[in-house]
Amino acid sequence: MTDIPEFLKKMIRTAGLSGYESAIRELIEEAWRPFTDELSISRIGSLQGLKRGSGAEPRPSILIAAHMDAIGLMVTRLRDGFLHVTGIGGIDARVLPGQLVTVHGRETISAVVVEPPSWLLPPDDRSGSTSLGGLLVDTGLPADRVSDLVRPGDLVSFASEPVMLGKEQLAGHSLDNRASVAALTHALDLLQTRDHRWDVWAVATVQEEETLGGAMTSAYDLQPDLAIAVDVTHGKGPGSPPDKTFPLGDGPALGLGPNVHPGVYRAVKAAADRIEMKTQLEAMPRHSGTDAYGLQITQAGIPTMVISIPLRYMHTPVEVVHLKDITRTGRLLAEFIGGLEVDLMKKLSWDEEV
Amino acid sequence: MNLKIGSAQIKLLETLCAATGVAGNEGAVRKAVLEALGDAAADHTIDALGNLLVIRKGTRRGRRLRVMVAAHMDEAGLMVTGDDKDGIYKFETVGGLSPAQLVGKHVVVGKDRIAGVIGFKPIHLTTASERTSGVSLDSLRIDTGGAANGKVKIGDRAAFSPNFAVLGSGRTRTLRAKALDDRLGVATLIELVRNPPDNVDLLAGFTTQEEIGVRGAYVAANALDPDLAVVLDCTPAYDLPHWEEDEENTRYNTRLGAGPAIYIADKGTLSDPRLVRHFSETAETAGLPFQFRQAGGGGTDASGIHKSRAGVPSISISVPGRYLHTAASIARVSDWQAALQLVHAALSGMNPSLLSLERA
Amino acid sequence: MKNLIQRLVEITGPSGYEHDVRTLVRGEIEKHADEIRVDALGNLIARVGSAPTRSATRGKRIMISAHMDEIGIIATHVDKDGFIRFTNLGGVYPRNCVGGRVRFLNGVPGVIGQEKAGAQEAKPLSEMYIDVGAKSRKDCPVKIGDVAAFDRPFTDLGDRLVSKAMDDRIGVAVGIEALKKLEKTPHEVYFVFSVQEEVGLRGATTSAYGVDPEIGLAIDVTGSGDTPNGIRMEVGLGKGPAVKVRDGGMLSDPRVIDWMVAGAKRAKLPYQLEILEGGTTDARAIQLARAGVPAGCLSIPCRYVHTPSEMVDYDDVRNAVSLLVEMLSRPIDFG
Repeated sequence: MTDIPEFLKKMIRTAGLSGYESAIRELIEEAWRPFTDELSISRIGSLQGLKRGSGAEPRPSILIAAHMDAIGLMVTRLRDGFLHVTGIGGIDARVLPGQLVTVHGRETISAVVVEPPSWLLPPDDRSGSTSLGGLLVDTGLPADRVSDLVRPGDLVSFASEPVMLGKEQLAGHSLDNRASVAALTHALDLLQTRDHRWDVWAVATVQEEETLGGAMTSAYDLQPDLAIAVDVTHGKGPGSPPDKTFPLGDGPALGLGPNVHPGVYRAVKAAADRIEMKTQLEAMPRHSGTDAYGLQITQAGIPTMVISIPLRYMHTPVEVVHLKDITRTGRLLAEFIGGLEVDLMKKLSWDEEV
Repeated sequence: MNLKIGSAQIKLLETLCAATGVAGNEGAVRKAVLEALGDAAADHTIDALGNLLVIRKGTRRGRRLRVMVAAHMDEAGLMVTGDDKDGIYKFETVGGLSPAQLVGKHVVVGKDRIAGVIGFKPIHLTTASERTSGVSLDSLRIDTGGAANGKVKIGDRAAFSPNFAVLGSGRTRTLRAKALDDRLGVATLIELVRNPPDNVDLLAGFTTQEEIGVRGAYVAANALDPDLAVVLDCTPAYDLPHWEEDEENTRYNTRLGAGPAIYIADKGTLSDPRLVRHFSETAETAGLPFQFRQAGGGGTDASGIHKSRAGVPSISISVPGRYLHTAASIARVSDWQAALQLVHAALSGMNPSLLSLERA
Repeated sequence: MKNLIQRLVEITGPSGYEHDVRTLVRGEIEKHADEIRVDALGNLIARVGSAPTRSATRGKRIMISAHMDEIGIIATHVDKDGFIRFTNLGGVYPRNCVGGRVRFLNGVPGVIGQEKAGAQEAKPLSEMYIDVGAKSRKDCPVKIGDVAAFDRPFTDLGDRLVSKAMDDRIGVAVGIEALKKLEKTPHEVYFVFSVQEEVGLRGATTSAYGVDPEIGLAIDVTGSGDTPNGIRMEVGLGKGPAVKVRDGGMLSDPRVIDWMVAGAKRAKLPYQLEILEGGTTDARAIQLARAGVPAGCLSIPCRYVHTPSEMVDYDDVRNAVSLLVEMLSRPIDFG
């Protein structure tokens, strides 16, 4: 079995900002190779692993998408050896001062995001909090060395080390959405010893944090019959409204709303009930904020579902997940896939009654 | 003697920085200092406030100046003040820590060094106006994960997790760590105690509670009753560019790489001009770089020491550091080494006539 | 005495750099004191009389403190065009700065200006600069750490005297005159001409520890409430020296208040009781020295304190000298 916490820690230490996912993709590729029959890379960089089903051809197929890209920063300009940066993905600038980062220049450089004293800031930043544009990145290196090594467009990723909180929770950056990649990997692992009739496309998608582009394009290419996005959702915890968050350790959250096909929801819920797995219901009144939003409107439309792992402090460098929620999500995926009947698509209807 | 900062000194600094020594609870640092000093600390006491006082008498005959050299062991940190259950704790700051610098940081809590994080509301759940307002301490918690439940007590101290790194190389080799303020001073003082000048009585004060009002140094000076005092600290370098391209940064305080900072005046102390002259002339003679710290705010142990008893001529010498009182401060090895060499040379060049002239 | 006052106020002596004031004071009192020393921080300590016996009617060890330092500024940076950035030494108010002049210890004069010259209100000191006529950083005769005080000549208005640094050279003048006139005292009186008062009573803190007095008295200026729409305060110029009852940092010891009031009544000198709601004096530091010292303050009412034009009444000054001599000439019974 894949050692989930170790695999996660490895993934967190591997850079893979939206649009620049090749390093993380290689790591996932290595983990998926023994579990898949075919591995390919989409035109824009998503990793697509095929595990063939046992049903007669032509077999239906399901696509499970977990995005592998992470939020981060990009250098916009150099000033006296310091770097100005902009965000890749949604970043609240208030989480940045004092964060350890890696600058991916001509060499890999350790650095820290810093908040200059108020009198050096843009006028609008001198009260309240400092905007992303006012912050700087300091490599500690002299200005001439920095201009040799760094140029605008270079990526800056979070660099703090992941840490176990007790024995069951892991804290680290980029757990959105490496936690889901781990869950999907766990599902592939379980499917090695479990029969399934459908073909399974496991896709580690790119650019979810910017455009959802990875999921849409792979779905267009692979034309699956069903699609599930595995992502993270807000965990209940300090600073977050209780009505929009889910307790850690209480199992995956099953999305319900316009972005979710009610029939697929019922099937996933049924799979959870078969294995007596605790799940939570996540209301998604509009955009699910996941790859499913792109998957659903690909080509002639695909019945989609969203399964989410609760995670605290999303888009900060100290995201926290419960390891059991990850393995449960993997088990649920495997159970759902294993239980897919060959003729499911004929019976599936958009019937809102769940 | 030409003291150097080599890999052994950097390794020791790493150990010192890794220790949690929040003001009022400096035991772990004190233990590390005593271990590092070994026999050199044969003559030591630990006083009522936890100051570690180490005396190294000179060997030269005749009257020797009694010189107190102080460096504070404590750091700005956190104290757990409330239990929100499920391993989540309320806390308050001890010493000057901005809540904005706590967001999204790894911390270690208590004696058992339980791992925790200080999380933050996800951007998805914030409003635009929320994102431009500051960060309130009240909105932050330490999250140790459910498993740590019960292992953390109210009153436990917490500090940033260790993250020591050496950046760059050669002339511009740079250190990045939590608590460089003032473990750099502590490490420098350790080197002085290991290599004491023979012409003075070195009264080393590894002090406590500097960050909450220079409380340790005040009583340490009373006990040591020195002729003069030199304080080793770490002072901010605000040598960052101004947002406006053509504006000169006139408030840099100090600059990284420009040598140790000699204090003339800060909010707490007007340095003794005789000592300012002695230190700057020593640096010039020895060919060591130095800079005068810009006068203004801030304070060091000197503010307590110079007012103790009937007054003690005092001066502070700091290694410049960027981003002090944050999770990751930055200092240059070259500045540190020059600080060590300057203080050692200045002490070695001290004789009683230094104070025979009246203060200017 | 006006001549002494003029010579005192015209010296540049900001906190920590009181050397030239000390030299003048020492010259004045040398012949009259029994012992003079300078301590580690630069306080000038002159003893008059001695009280070695421990009998019931014995004299007391008394510390009189008047601070030699004045508020000033310290250079923090010289920019590329030769303008000097600075910060304060003591309570310097931005509104009193723009257009004002300063003089550095090395004699260099300068003018204070502020950024965005058209602005109606004063900027913080960090947005002000001193122009010494330099054209570049290189030819600027001032470097980081150089100190300066405000530069304004002494003006004699007859009954009233105006100058920078009346706070507290007027106290120093009163101390000098009293020391000279004190022919005989049953006490051991330590006249301390203290340093670094304006940055936090630092000289008085250490000299009080060193002198270890039984009674402490500061001589310093206080505010006055007799100007148009001025601060609400009973004290006014010309109504006699003020007996401090309290200020922002201290409650005077009632025994010291009684000692002062009784002295004024005995000598038929005018006096007024002072309650100052902000600020404090060396007396606070003396009161808290070692195991504690009964302390009070003899105040000289002063208008426009901490501006370059501080005004006192000459009669108040002379009466203060007389009161102090009266107080120190007789035995003290604190019960």
